[in-house]
Amino acid sequence: MNVKIVKYNAGNIQSVLFALERIGIQAEVTDDAGEILSADRIIFPGVGEASTAMEYLKQRNLDNVIKAAKQPLLGICLGLQLLCNHSEENDTDCLGIFDAQVKKFVSDDLKIPQIGWNTIQVTNNPLLKNIPDNSYSYFVHSYYAEVTADTIATTTYANEFSCAMNKNNFYGVQFHPEKSAATGEQILKNFLEL
Amino acid sequence: MLAKRIIPCLDIKDGQTVKGTNFVNLRHAGDPVELAMRYSDEGADELVFLDITATVDKRKTLSELVRKIATHINIPFTVGGGINTVEDVSVLLENGADKISVNTSAVRNPQLVSDLALNFGSQCVVVAVDIKLFNGVWKVVTHGGRTPTDLVATEWVKQCAASGAGEILLTSMENDGTKAGFAIDITREISQSVNIPVIASGGAGTMEHFIDVFTSGAADAALAASIFHFKEIEIPALKKYLATHHIPVRL
Repeated sequence: MNVKIVKYNAGNIQSVLFALERIGIQAEVTDDAGEILSADRIIFPGVGEASTAMEYLKQRNLDNVIKAAKQPLLGICLGLQLLCNHSEENDTDCLGIFDAQVKKFVSDDLKIPQIGWNTIQVTNNPLLKNIPDNSYSYFVHSYYAEVTADTIATTTYANEFSCAMNKNNFYGVQFHPEKSAATGEQILKNFLEL
Repeated sequence: MLAKRIIPCLDIKDGQTVKGTNFVNLRHAGDPVELAMRYSDEGADELVFLDITATVDKRKTLSELVRKIATHINIPFTVGGGINTVEDVSVLLENGADKISVNTSAVRNPQLVSDLALNFGSQCVVVAVDIKLFNGVWKVVTHGGRTPTDLVATEWVKQCAASGAGEILLTSMENDGTKAGFAIDITREISQSVNIPVIASGGAGTMEHFIDVFTSGAADAALAASIFHFKEIEIPALKKYLATHHIPVRL
């Protein structure tokens, strides 16, 4: 299977490559529009700050490449957030695939960012096949996507938020499947089997 | 609910896992790749890997070992020891580390913490803080506990958080290796003084010690080495025990 990871200035993708290797996939990292759009699956990772990432994508026309994708595409962490309409992080207009706002956690008693393992409440969606309700996944984030019609799983930290979303061929997870033990591995396998 | 994390630590010297008391009297504890895989399979929430030789000529060996471990485990993986520059971190991340930890080098050059946060994001920067009591005041020590400093622990931790540290790995040298329990009071004080997670380390000997550090100590995660390496406490049993005592853990 031809899996491409979108190359841009957003964090360490080595873990994603290793996680895919463990399930038998040699993915490639590229920012070439043709290569991305001819892949069977596209992974859109990301760790970092929203406005810088969007700026970088726009400069290389990768925003339009991502929007043009017809094959299954999985946004991870910041990748999910950038697939939403707008992020409060430096008031950034994002890709607008998911009709959702990205907001900052506000809490008097909880540490922000959320770092660690939290449970996910799942709905019936092919990305979440064989994932029991309340499975633990690994999160690192200060911003979250609100719960909307595109939400397919939720988590609660300070408030309930979208930890997984889906619209047409676009999927997003706020947690890091590449670091989420057996749960994450199953979700990556599900994504490849979509 | 966000779970409290259990983190085994592999102290590596010349490619082997070692563990001593108060950072001295090191004894061998096994093959690091085998241990890492065992912990990942047993439900450890993360893995920390500290290279305590960390001399220049050993760095290539270290990155190879990091890569070998990273390809095999599917939980977050932190690597520390001898990291002085942005370039050192790039090499480790390229080999599959998820986070890095700095200690002595951050004390020597506090700018390093901000440089790393700016280049790689706070989520990847763990500042390890080793502390010791001097006339009733917890102060920072460096070089594996051998060198005292004038830095007051709470002040240094706040400075690290302000510079962009993503997490604090706090080790009490008074407790490390004693198996008499974590340094509860200072852990709570530090955990409550910053808005980033604090990983408590040093002194774990019984399962009750973990309850204490998560409740009274307000720690977000707890790290231990020898009790896990020598199977005095096994991670699955520890997590079940914590769950029965209403500590949220990933089972």
